[in-house]
Amino acid sequence: MTTTTLAGAINDGLRHALTTDPAVLLLGEDIGRLGGVFRVTDGLCADFGTSRVVDTPLGEAGIVGTAVGLAMRGYRPVCEIQFDGFVYPAVNQIISQLAKYRHRSGGRIAMPVVIRIPYGGGIGSIEHHSESPEAYFAHTPGLKVVTCATPDDAFNMIGQAIASDDPVIFLEPKRRYWTKGEVSGAPALDLHRARTVRTGSDLTLVAYGPLVAPALETARIAGEEGHSVEVIDLRSLAPLDTDTVMASVLRTGRLVVTHEASRTHGIGAEIAARVQEEAFYALEAPVLRVTGYDTPYPPSRLEEDWLPGVDRMLAAVDRSLAH
Amino acid sequence: MPRTSAKTSAKTNDRQDPIQLLTPQGEAVSDARLPFDPADVDLPALYRDMVLTRRLDTEAIALQRQGELGLWPSLFGQEAAQIGAARALLPSDMVFPTYREHGVAWCRGLDPASLLGLFRGTTLGGWDPRDVNFNLYTLVIGAQTLHAVGYAMGIVRDPVGPAVSAASTAAASAVLATPATPAAPAAPAVLAFLGDGALSEGETNEAFIWATTQSLPVVFFCQNNQWAISAPYSVQSTVPVAQRAAGFGLPGIRVDGNDVLACLAATRRALHTARTGGGPTLIEAFTYRRNAHTTADDASRYRETAEEKEWAAKDPLARLHAHLVATGAADSAYSAYFAEIEAEAQTFAEGLRARCRALPEPDPSLPFEHTYAEMTPELSRQLAEHRAHLASLQEISGPSGERA
Repeated sequence: MTTTTLAGAINDGLRHALTTDPAVLLLGEDIGRLGGVFRVTDGLCADFGTSRVVDTPLGEAGIVGTAVGLAMRGYRPVCEIQFDGFVYPAVNQIISQLAKYRHRSGGRIAMPVVIRIPYGGGIGSIEHHSESPEAYFAHTPGLKVVTCATPDDAFNMIGQAIASDDPVIFLEPKRRYWTKGEVSGAPALDLHRARTVRTGSDLTLVAYGPLVAPALETARIAGEEGHSVEVIDLRSLAPLDTDTVMASVLRTGRLVVTHEASRTHGIGAEIAARVQEEAFYALEAPVLRVTGYDTPYPPSRLEEDWLPGVDRMLAAVDRSLAH
Repeated sequence: MPRTSAKTSAKTNDRQDPIQLLTPQGEAVSDARLPFDPADVDLPALYRDMVLTRRLDTEAIALQRQGELGLWPSLFGQEAAQIGAARALLPSDMVFPTYREHGVAWCRGLDPASLLGLFRGTTLGGWDPRDVNFNLYTLVIGAQTLHAVGYAMGIVRDPVGPAVSAASTAAASAVLATPATPAAPAAPAVLAFLGDGALSEGETNEAFIWATTQSLPVVFFCQNNQWAISAPYSVQSTVPVAQRAAGFGLPGIRVDGNDVLACLAATRRALHTARTGGGPTLIEAFTYRRNAHTTADDASRYRETAEEKEWAAKDPLARLHAHLVATGAADSAYSAYFAEIEAEAQTFAEGLRARCRALPEPDPSLPFEHTYAEMTPELSRQLAEHRAHLASLQEISGPSGERA
């Protein structure tokens, strides 16, 4: 066990992958000498060289498009998109090419490509630097979409993502980059399993990425008020571990889902639909969502109120329990 | 085959003037910009490639008209560009085609029926690109240029790349002199095809930047057929394709795209440059798409018949045929040779029609099985649901196939 930050854990995971597998290489803007704008790739270029830690031209479609070609040649590229709001120029390559190659080739060509994206808000940044694009990718067959909430998951999940023979969108909650925690050397869970991070019997609260911490705080406060809230960290958004969510809801009878991304057509809508399809008669209350609003991400002076936080989660817990 | 006597044409110094080694009248000429000895190529074999490729195209159009294919993008008029470029390749080179490279596919040894599956709707790409080093057709314009660049990045990082560079340089030199496969393995290069419309895509421009700044072994072969569906080249740019290369720092070369010798010579030289560490080249094959963009399109709505007639007079097959007749007139074996190719084309077409109709219907589970490396639990549930639905239809329709 070592203690490190979430950013440091990803750095350790990338270092481990570069060391153990010569097919792994990193592509991204400013990831070499600078070590990335969040320093996630700090020191890797110095240790592994510019052939394996590649400072690319400034072009997101190029980063992903060349990764597709590298994968065809047998490599396992790990791309960094500098910020969530900069991924859109690469969406053609991600959705039409990367996600569909296995399918188009009748299963003959694998695309073991990871796309790391620092995502989400809460760091007082300017526009295009705080977005939550996960639903775009989770809606695309062929892609896997995961996000970590702790240094331990960050280290283990980046290794699992790189080892995957399918393309993985790896979302890094940027406001948790400096969160410290212990890192174990072996993953406790498969990449696509959700984790019950706190058990409870009255209500299930589902979160992922940056909102796992406020969800736990919500459960703690609700506990002081006499309510037993179970918290699930989804970890994987595609595929979804609905079994873990369903088993919890069947016990608690109540569900609140929370994410920073805007509400309509989001991950929360999918979970709500699944639960009503499969656990309708177990529900004591409607499934509620605590999410970002259906607006562009606001100027940073407004983000604290705009983002889902403990207060809004507690209000939703109260509403659910009132049924 | 008889040696051809090359004359020097009255070329201007205008760098926009496409390099030509075979005139529309079938006369072999030389151009100082692209030294080339026609004796280095098997001209009758190139002619056969072009005839069979055109026949493949003709048959596919007929199959589409009969309802056997959903769509077909015709290559009619672009045979010289494709055969010339493809016959410059070594087996170890990798090709990234658009959706119109039927002639290149032919030269790579791909079963033409495999191409038809995509347009018939039985597959999304019915071959293994690694078998023939010919990638799947890419329908999204320009996307494949970046894949080609990434693949070239892989080549230069491979243990086999730098390690064999000295030997491969010699081998690649040998390739320049003869089209025969050399004994020593040459460093592979990448040949990316694109059209004039693709040059307007941001991704193509990104591909040029990546390829030049990293000096990658990739050749971009642009068939400027002058029409992006209904948009003429003047909508894409005000300067010739080859000139646009300069701004990216890669050499641009403009050849007569209806001249198989010029296309072959230019691609050979560019591939040699690529595999010997000289970096990328952009070749513009100035040609013309004589049919509509696809079978779904009506070219008469956007272009003049006078233009079409002008290009018909520059037909790539006719000029090589004229050349072969003129230079081999004394050889009575030639007429027999042409007859043999025609007979072969007829047999080929009949076989292709039969194999198109015999392409197997895909199993309903096919998309489910190849979405991820392993089927996810959710996809397993959806496949079971789908199969149950199909089974219920069977029960309704009964063994006769008619609904009860």
